Amino acid sequence: MNSHLKSVISKADSNPEKVGIDRRHFLKVSGTASAGMSLGFFLPERAHAADTPQLNVWIEIEPNNTIVIRYARAEMGQGSMTSAPMMIAEELEADWKKVRVEYATAHENLRTKRAYGDMASVGSRTIRHSQEYLRKAGATAREMLIAAAAQKWNVPVSECKASLSRVTHAPSKRTLNYGQLAADAAKLEAPKTVQLKDPKNWTLIGKSIPRVDIPEIVLGQRSYGIDTQLPGMLHAAVAACPVFNGKVKSLDASKVENRRGIVKVLNMGEFVAVVADNWWRAKEALREVAVDWDVGEHGTLTSAAIMAHFKAGMEQSELAVARNDGNTADALSKSAKVVEAEYFTPYLAHATMEPMVCTAWLQGDKLEVWSSTQNPEATLAVSAATAGVPQANVKVHPVQLGGGLGRKSPQDFTRQSVMIAKAMAGKPVKMLWSREEEIQHGLYRPASLMRFKGGLNANGKVEALHIRVSAPSILATLLKLPLPRGVDGQAVASFSDHPYDIPNTLVDYAQRNTNVPVGFWRTVGHSQNPFGRECFIDELALAAGKDPVAFRLDMLPNNEKSKRDRSILEAVTKAAGWGSTLPNGVFRGVAETEGYGSWTACVCEVSVNAKNEVKIHRVVIGIDPGYAVNPDNIVAQFQGSVVHGLTAIFWGENTIKEGRVEQSNFHDYRMMRLNEMPKVEVVIAPTGGFWGGVGEPAQAPLAPALVNAISAAMGKRIRSLPLKNHGLTLKV
Amino acid sequence: MKLSVNGKSHTLDVEPEMPLLWALRDELNIKGPKFGCGVALCGSCTVLLNGEPVRSCSYPVSVAAGQKVVTIEGLADKGKLHAVQQAWIEHQVPQCGYCQGGQILAAVALLKKKPKPTDQDIDAAMTNICRCGTYARVRAAIHSVAKKGGRA
Repeated sequence: MNSHLKSVISKADSNPEKVGIDRRHFLKVSGTASAGMSLGFFLPERAHAADTPQLNVWIEIEPNNTIVIRYARAEMGQGSMTSAPMMIAEELEADWKKVRVEYATAHENLRTKRAYGDMASVGSRTIRHSQEYLRKAGATAREMLIAAAAQKWNVPVSECKASLSRVTHAPSKRTLNYGQLAADAAKLEAPKTVQLKDPKNWTLIGKSIPRVDIPEIVLGQRSYGIDTQLPGMLHAAVAACPVFNGKVKSLDASKVENRRGIVKVLNMGEFVAVVADNWWRAKEALREVAVDWDVGEHGTLTSAAIMAHFKAGMEQSELAVARNDGNTADALSKSAKVVEAEYFTPYLAHATMEPMVCTAWLQGDKLEVWSSTQNPEATLAVSAATAGVPQANVKVHPVQLGGGLGRKSPQDFTRQSVMIAKAMAGKPVKMLWSREEEIQHGLYRPASLMRFKGGLNANGKVEALHIRVSAPSILATLLKLPLPRGVDGQAVASFSDHPYDIPNTLVDYAQRNTNVPVGFWRTVGHSQNPFGRECFIDELALAAGKDPVAFRLDMLPNNEKSKRDRSILEAVTKAAGWGSTLPNGVFRGVAETEGYGSWTACVCEVSVNAKNEVKIHRVVIGIDPGYAVNPDNIVAQFQGSVVHGLTAIFWGENTIKEGRVEQSNFHDYRMMRLNEMPKVEVVIAPTGGFWGGVGEPAQAPLAPALVNAISAAMGKRIRSLPLKNHGLTLKV
Repeated sequence: MKLSVNGKSHTLDVEPEMPLLWALRDELNIKGPKFGCGVALCGSCTVLLNGEPVRSCSYPVSVAAGQKVVTIEGLADKGKLHAVQQAWIEHQVPQCGYCQGGQILAAVALLKKKPKPTDQDIDAAMTNICRCGTYARVRAAIHSVAKKGGRA
């Protein structure tokens, strides 16, 4: 990257005071690095001059005072490649302008017995799970640099201070930069305990720092998985059985085998691959390979049959209990008023802009892999197992992801790619899925049927809430995990942990799996369950004759359990002017949610005309992430999440017919476009003292806030998504 | 056939119906234009053909032969960023960035035609899909280029 591109951009909200970091929340952490991570013991493979000093696995300082900070997760647009290194740089007292971020690799992590810890970019967890060991790594290196300077000057450490990549001895006005000190510092033993900075002294955390990968992106120089280029590389197009889990019975490739550029047609049992010298040639030939599929027993599955399967789950006798406070059945029977409703959310494919792609190169018993993966360690493990080589023989090269959205965490596509590489041993092969393959062989957000029963007393207070979920389990089917007490936490997310002060709550779950594979779709359970919960809370408010915000606040006492739900709801409704007069025909809806360690709320303003066209006048959406690490990135994640969410809310649905997904490309699996994006106002209201995620939480309150507004406008309750199935369209 | 890409002439021996995208990516190793849908719906593959944005996944290479193709790699002039690229950095537009080469080229073509585009002009011209949802910033960045009256 050219240094002149690294212009630091100042933004209106770059002042940490303005974004409201609470100085009262003094965070004092000391002690050694977390178990399993041993700072400074293992040193990474040298990508640079062999004598470049390394202070620990995360930090290398070049003699010209450039600091290389390693980033051990994936970058797929969430911005962590900037914000995670900010954690290190903050404590290191590094001059951010002189920082260069480089990837750590999964094979280095294997070699160093996981010195970099977890490398997966999932669950909006990069900052919240790694901030402590990253900050400690920075602080440890800072102390070593200070100690090296003190030794050199023969002065007490306490008289030396580090700032902007320099150590200064104030009494004698001597100063050395980190580049001058690093070689000596690297020889010192790392301190066992370090003091982390008081948040009030942060100079980077809380500032809007431009993303480190953006300059290369705008120049077209950033390398994505799809851009991998190797000498003599071949290209593979693949097709799996259109009915999930079907197999190849037989294939006839005689029509294409002698075609220009076609190298091989592979029957891989579970799928067919055409290998060629150009992906277009491979894909065109694949269409003319006659495949006889053994679709198995699921070739007649339909969406209607799946719905019947879920409905039966609602009535099944044995249910897993996720939460049981008080005696809900008894309280419901004694309620003055009982409200009942059923909500439904559909299957959803991810549709990352970059489809599944992986390049693999097997040479003897050595394997190299370039995969657009959210989980490089899983990529390494799956690659080794598939190729039948030791894990130590595998290299996983980091690439930028053209979106991940949860789809690129499971490694089904890496496995396919390595299977092809094995069949084409000695040659690098890049396997790329078509859009059709991506939409029809997803790991779909589970469809889910949710039934709510709420009991109100004579004063309109909610005494009892029963939520029953009938849905597939991601954890049981994709991850094959045993479910504690039979409960998939994602299936009941935001139900089993609802913050409302309701004395009797029962949440139970019928695990209803189907042949449609399910997986982690951005915001996972929180992308769908809050739609049911927060819309039903509105139904209860309506039954109680109360204002939806006042009704919620009444159920959210200002105690430890619900204070943040309360404060984010107050911050967002205040910003939205809840209660103020709206133009004729415009209605508001509200929702409040929590997830990924953050608290969120949303207010939407809509009108619906006689033609059932929904005009979104305004979306006000807010978050309390504890500490707002990179505020402009939070704004970006929220703006983007609104687009992602509205796409699903209005149009998103994968339906099943004859065992296969009916949608195939963007003409029938529609994405929101620029002209359709409404006005979005993002409220960042950090209360400090904790670290919450920001990549996923925003979708949680959006659907219920919007649908509550639409239901208010129509005077009719909408209880299933997408809205197109109710004849509703988006007015631009 | 001969193909001019970013001011450089290339000789290609490929099927005339091969989409421009795959001639660029897999024959010439020009990776800026991305594959997104293969049917001209998403615009990740956008390149400029004589200054006009085209969706190269559905544009036969033979039709582009002899004309001037510009990809995202060819937009900066000897290391100097195009005003639109500069605005994209200032507004921190990209998230994953996969579609952004196409977005930037579509914006360049729009600003060339309409140096001061209205919101309606932007709505009509910017039809590329961004799954990360960067649209608000795309709009703001285009307006900012127009305001500066910079080279577009």
